[in-house]
Amino acid sequence: MSENWEPKIITFVCNWCTYAGADLAGTSRFKYAPNIRIIKTPCSGRIDPMFIVSAFEKGADAVLISGCHPGDCHYNEGNYNARRKFTMMKKLLETIGVDTQRVIFAWCSASEGIKFSRLVNDVTESIKKIGPYTEYHKLNQKER
Amino acid sequence: MQELINKAKELIENKEVDLLIGYQSDGEKGAKPLFVKNPLQAEQLIFNQYCLNNLVTYLMRPDVKACKKVAVVAKGCDIRALVMLLSENQMSREDVYIIGMTCDHVVSPDGTGENEKCATCKVHNPHLADIVLGSPVQEKYPKDKPVKHTQIEKLNAMSQEERWAFWQEEFSRCIRCYACRQACPLCYCERCIVDYNTPQWIDTRSNPRGNFAWNIVRALHLAGRCIDCGECERVCPANIPLMLLNQSLQEEAQEKFEWEAGYDPESEPPLTTFRKEDDEEFIR
Repeated sequence: MSENWEPKIITFVCNWCTYAGADLAGTSRFKYAPNIRIIKTPCSGRIDPMFIVSAFEKGADAVLISGCHPGDCHYNEGNYNARRKFTMMKKLLETIGVDTQRVIFAWCSASEGIKFSRLVNDVTESIKKIGPYTEYHKLNQKER
Repeated sequence: MQELINKAKELIENKEVDLLIGYQSDGEKGAKPLFVKNPLQAEQLIFNQYCLNNLVTYLMRPDVKACKKVAVVAKGCDIRALVMLLSENQMSREDVYIIGMTCDHVVSPDGTGENEKCATCKVHNPHLADIVLGSPVQEKYPKDKPVKHTQIEKLNAMSQEERWAFWQEEFSRCIRCYACRQACPLCYCERCIVDYNTPQWIDTRSNPRGNFAWNIVRALHLAGRCIDCGECERVCPANIPLMLLNQSLQEEAQEKFEWEAGYDPESEPPLTTFRKEDDEEFIR
């Protein structure tokens, strides 16, 4: 691990809650780590498990997924469906031996700017401790 | 199996079905699928413990779907796949005539000994059929007892690094023939995600990256749907233990959503529904 290494954390957020929460963190001048790359989705239910795999393939060290709290979904039940999908996804990643510390799920509402900035800082801190995800990135190098 | 042949002849002769899918001898002691369109062909029908193929797979093929009504010879475990197809609205009950076969056990894919899936089978006697042939078999596994798979315990006992190394080894043999997809009765998408190239989500070359992505996606698309027939693993030319992935998700669905696939056509598959009190311990 080089000394200048900084984790890349791909962050999938829901348009209606967490994206607005991140915006609030910005307008309230809460400082958070610059390691996240936010990708806005219409709903956490839109987040296909394929996104997580794809992020790791392309060099992400962690994936952070955040949507509306249960009961707050803009589409009424998108996040409830997402929750079941994430349960299965997490179990499969565990079975395959993917480091599940690197896949983080959260609920973060539009008013929780402070929670968002803390979340990002916490996640960045913990990923810095465990280092780059070379195990997955190595898969790219071994062509047959 | 004269009663099977007679029933098949009757169905075809009376034009009750356009096509009947069953088993014929493969020339040795094994069995292979047989597509019966006229009463003469029905003479070749057999049923024994070597009838491993899940014939329900063929019901989703476009040329079979084009038939008005199809009869299928199915064991209890195969009928579970049919039940999933019904609950996913892929066909209506009237479109298929189910010839249910009672079955004590089938052989393991290598032809020696009893198949592993039969030990936890709850449907030796078909649970959904138009006619049931064969003598009733004593059910051994309690109906309400969750199925625990023995193979998966070994995997669960490993550390995360060991599991990663294990699957790297296993997936390295994958040649991406997609036999697992073709044999699966529930992989019926008209166009599979791996065949899309705008955007191309999954590397189609047989390299570690593509093999991981493909096998993750294949297992996930069967989450809460896999009925444990074991066809993917049986047809895999590289002997990858694919059922370990499916079984791990089956057990999760059982534990978290109290769900077992393929028993009740009226029930909703777990990923199409939710409960407000679902577990969310892993979400911050």
